[in-house]
Amino acid sequence: MSMNNQGRPSGAGEAFPASIATISGDRGLDHEESLIFELDHGAVGVDLPDVKVGDNRLGGMRRKGRVGLPGLSEPEVIRHYVRLSRMNYAIDSGLYPLGSCTMKHNPRLNEKMARLPGFGDLHPLAPQSTTQGALELISQLMTWLTRLTGMPAVAMSPKAGAHGELCGLLAIRAAIAARGEDRKRILVPESAHGTNPATAAFAGFTVDEVPAKPNGHVDAEALKAKLGPDVAAIMLTNPNTCGLFEGEIIEIAKAVHEAGAYFYCDGANFNAIAGKVRPGDLGIDAMHINLHKTFSTPHGGGGPGAGPVVLSERLAAHAPIPLLVADGAGPKGSFRLIEDMAAAPEGAKPFGRMCAFHGQMGMFVRALTYMLSHGRDGVRQASEDAVLSANYILASLKDVMSAPFGDGPCMHEALFDDSFLEGTGVTTLDFAKAMIDEGYHPMTMYFPLVVHGAMLIEPTESESKASLDRFIHVLHTLATEARAKKTERFAGAPHLAPRRRLDETAAARKPVLRWKPDPLKQAAE
Amino acid sequence: MRYLPLTPDDRQAMLARIGAPDVDTLFRDVPKAALAPLAKFDLPDTQGELEVERALSKLAARNVAAGSAPFFCGAGAYKHHVPSAVDHLIQRSEFLTSYTPYQPEIAQGTLQYLFEFQTQVALLTGMEVANASLYDGSTATAEAVLMAQRITKRGKAILSGGLHPHYAETVETVASLAGAVSRTPVTPGSAEDIIGLIDEDTACVVVQSPDVFGLIRNLRPIADAAHAKGALLIAVVTEIVSLGLLEPPGAQGADIVAAEGQSIGNGLNFGGPYVGLFATREKFLRQMPGRLCGETVDAEGRRGFVLTLSTREQHIRREKATSNICTNSGLCCLAFTIHLSLLGEEGLTRLARINHAKASALAGKLAGLPGVELVTDAFFNEFTIRLPKPTAPLVEALAAKGVIAGVPASRLLPREASAANLLILAATETNTDDDFAALIDALKGVI
Amino acid sequence: MSDVRYTDQHEWIRLDGDEATIGITKFAAESLGDVVFVELPASGKAVKAGGEAAVVESVKAASDIYAPAGGTVTATNTVLEKEPSKVNEDPEGQGWFFKMKLTDKAEFSKLMDSAAYAKFVETL
Repeated sequence: MSMNNQGRPSGAGEAFPASIATISGDRGLDHEESLIFELDHGAVGVDLPDVKVGDNRLGGMRRKGRVGLPGLSEPEVIRHYVRLSRMNYAIDSGLYPLGSCTMKHNPRLNEKMARLPGFGDLHPLAPQSTTQGALELISQLMTWLTRLTGMPAVAMSPKAGAHGELCGLLAIRAAIAARGEDRKRILVPESAHGTNPATAAFAGFTVDEVPAKPNGHVDAEALKAKLGPDVAAIMLTNPNTCGLFEGEIIEIAKAVHEAGAYFYCDGANFNAIAGKVRPGDLGIDAMHINLHKTFSTPHGGGGPGAGPVVLSERLAAHAPIPLLVADGAGPKGSFRLIEDMAAAPEGAKPFGRMCAFHGQMGMFVRALTYMLSHGRDGVRQASEDAVLSANYILASLKDVMSAPFGDGPCMHEALFDDSFLEGTGVTTLDFAKAMIDEGYHPMTMYFPLVVHGAMLIEPTESESKASLDRFIHVLHTLATEARAKKTERFAGAPHLAPRRRLDETAAARKPVLRWKPDPLKQAAE
Repeated sequence: MRYLPLTPDDRQAMLARIGAPDVDTLFRDVPKAALAPLAKFDLPDTQGELEVERALSKLAARNVAAGSAPFFCGAGAYKHHVPSAVDHLIQRSEFLTSYTPYQPEIAQGTLQYLFEFQTQVALLTGMEVANASLYDGSTATAEAVLMAQRITKRGKAILSGGLHPHYAETVETVASLAGAVSRTPVTPGSAEDIIGLIDEDTACVVVQSPDVFGLIRNLRPIADAAHAKGALLIAVVTEIVSLGLLEPPGAQGADIVAAEGQSIGNGLNFGGPYVGLFATREKFLRQMPGRLCGETVDAEGRRGFVLTLSTREQHIRREKATSNICTNSGLCCLAFTIHLSLLGEEGLTRLARINHAKASALAGKLAGLPGVELVTDAFFNEFTIRLPKPTAPLVEALAAKGVIAGVPASRLLPREASAANLLILAATETNTDDDFAALIDALKGVI
Repeated sequence: MSDVRYTDQHEWIRLDGDEATIGITKFAAESLGDVVFVELPASGKAVKAGGEAAVVESVKAASDIYAPAGGTVTATNTVLEKEPSKVNEDPEGQGWFFKMKLTDKAEFSKLMDSAAYAKFVETL
């Protein structure tokens, strides 16, 4: 027979010992990546004509030296960032249980709509007759936000949740001043997110902490006892940072108003109740909404966010500029932005301006796309599924992990503490790092501060039951092993991530915050 | 519902494990009166992708995109060409759907690009250290003023009349809590006398260059005068591409630079999201707001990056934090850094020169028209002209004719008499000779 | 002959004649973890007993240091600016924070001695 004798073995063969060092330093699909400054070789990634310009119109301020930027071609730049991206965990890769962050699915339709040239390529100061579609979009989003919350007004310009908190507190400050009063104290629960007291201090108030009860709820009696003629407002998160709905909220709101103060609500946990409870029915005066949490705009590695603030009747007049109003002078259905404090309509007393232009339009388009896609029934279902999933996790894990408030249901997030790890030598940190080796981003750690070694798990409504079951199985096993003092997985975890634990002490003691050219190398050149 | 994976069977099984008969049992802490029935929400129900796309496309179609007409608006937001690679890269799942890098072991992608971003911003501005971005240029300016008040332990802030009015209003809204904020008179086309106003109570002076009218300023004498009285100079830059051709604020003695990075990597987006750049001297490091990314090593000695110096921030310092800021501008930051990596030294230099050449050519043509007076004689890619009549109605009239002729100064300074007849125009690499011809034709028809 | 006393906020204060030296105890340094930064008071600053005098930072936390007794700051341990690790290495010796001239030595005498402090730590 004639034979093609260039056969090759087709069995699986022997395993490559994992400990063998590679020549390149890369390991299969896991690539190391240098800094762009280290890849610099004076190439260019854009083709632009070389135009000469004279000095005569530069006021003598022409640049004398180089900027010092690295030069790479387009293929090199793309490869650099693709390789970097592969070192990141993301919602699209797996369950991201960060409590209080609402890591839900980021729909791609949002991205497509935000990139329509009529939205993406629109200048904020273009003549208003050419931006009516954008203004109408903002108006529609304002309708959704006010109707979902049962509040009469909303300030759209804050650029993030913390920025929204500041907006709310400044509106409160203005309202108090308009009454001719001077109130400097703000009551904040000890379980509050750090932005609350930081914002209160930033806005010129002093912070007075209200304790939590052993059951995780704010101590309403202690809160009422602290009310007085010098209290400007309380700041409450509801559901609170322990994942519990503050059942006494309506009584608290009444007491606060009777004392002449205002009720600021931190809306970070709105995903538990959107479409089910209207915060306006609870008596709040202001609440920021994190569009990047509840309304699915992408987290983008840390931003951008958007934090519009719904306002009660008592605060609506003080909303900052710009104000969006129906344009009586224009064609039917047209809108106008009022950007001048002095031109505010009758009754409006804006406290000022939060930022340039009109707010995070790119995030408005995405949020409205999400809202229209879900509809009110979908928003409601999403909240119910979020609460159901968190309770499913709580019910499935509380036999091995300690849930300080596990006797009753939680809202959209389940809180555990580190009592179940006592005596094992494993800390909350070790537990979290072991999750990384299992292919999961850890839950929120060490927050809220009111429990020891907190672990706050928020699955959101975007997880299938199979995904939840898998997650539960892994955590259940980890907890069981830790309690049995089988600590191999935990000691020195993570072992399998692109990096082992990083020396944060060194980073803080001797901060290196930028790349600098090597002086010896430069001298040699 | 396409975004919700749970099926009715799943929900039943989950309720069974929890031991609750229905999902409303889980909401038992909510006062009965507060549980709203669906009918209480006067909003539409679920729609499919097709319907939603249709509805939003209709809204988008009612706007005049900058790229669809001869377009000359600037005044704090600039139309530049962003290479297609940028938008593809920022939409990679691992960038788009990741979060703040709290767990550095699985966030080295984000942390490394933040480190590169911080380096790029420091290089561009000529400063020693930069943070991982703030929301935008206006809030960055406000944070800079607060930082100067903390450092000098003084309250008085003096804002140049050439500072973008939205920026000035933003600063006034937050910084007047800590001290007196005042603005010098507005002097379009010339430098106001800010030096004479600096005294021993001054925390900082805030000067924008190129200013809102496009005028390039010389910051060195102002920096020297401020330092002589123990005050700080805050330099503001709203068109970051200008630093490809002009002396950076760091080389002129600025103590803090607050800038808008939108021009690089980020589209106009009707005003946001943008990206605030913030840079300062090493000695002021611990007073700096915002996130910081630092270099370190891991347990195996490999180089890695982490968020650092977090004790300045709200989640640790709470009411003693340097700022209340939590988010940075993440993805906008990444877009900036990718675009700047594609440009590099040579590309940025060329881009800046092209911008200045375009604006110079346009200014020359406009100055030749009867009735048109060029107000700014030193500019980068934006300048101001004076016309014989108020420019706001004129701009609307030209828009009706399909030309977006720039920003009338009265839009930003509605009660400044000298602004009524002024028009601020920007010309970038995206403008063509046809655009210029269309503008000039249209202008001739109305003045 | 110097005398060392302790507060229930884990500061130690050593009196040598008129000059008091203040730092944090070994217990505090161990609880804090790696110290990365110390914010020292300005020389000449007047502090009351229990008033905020300094701040010690680890990576994840910032803790206030209170003056055990009232007085005026006369010197600060500038070594800690470059080497905050000294606080972990030798908290009760070379890791001292600042020196003070006391206004009222009676405030010093009221504080816990080392036996009392050791007992206090056991209760935590």
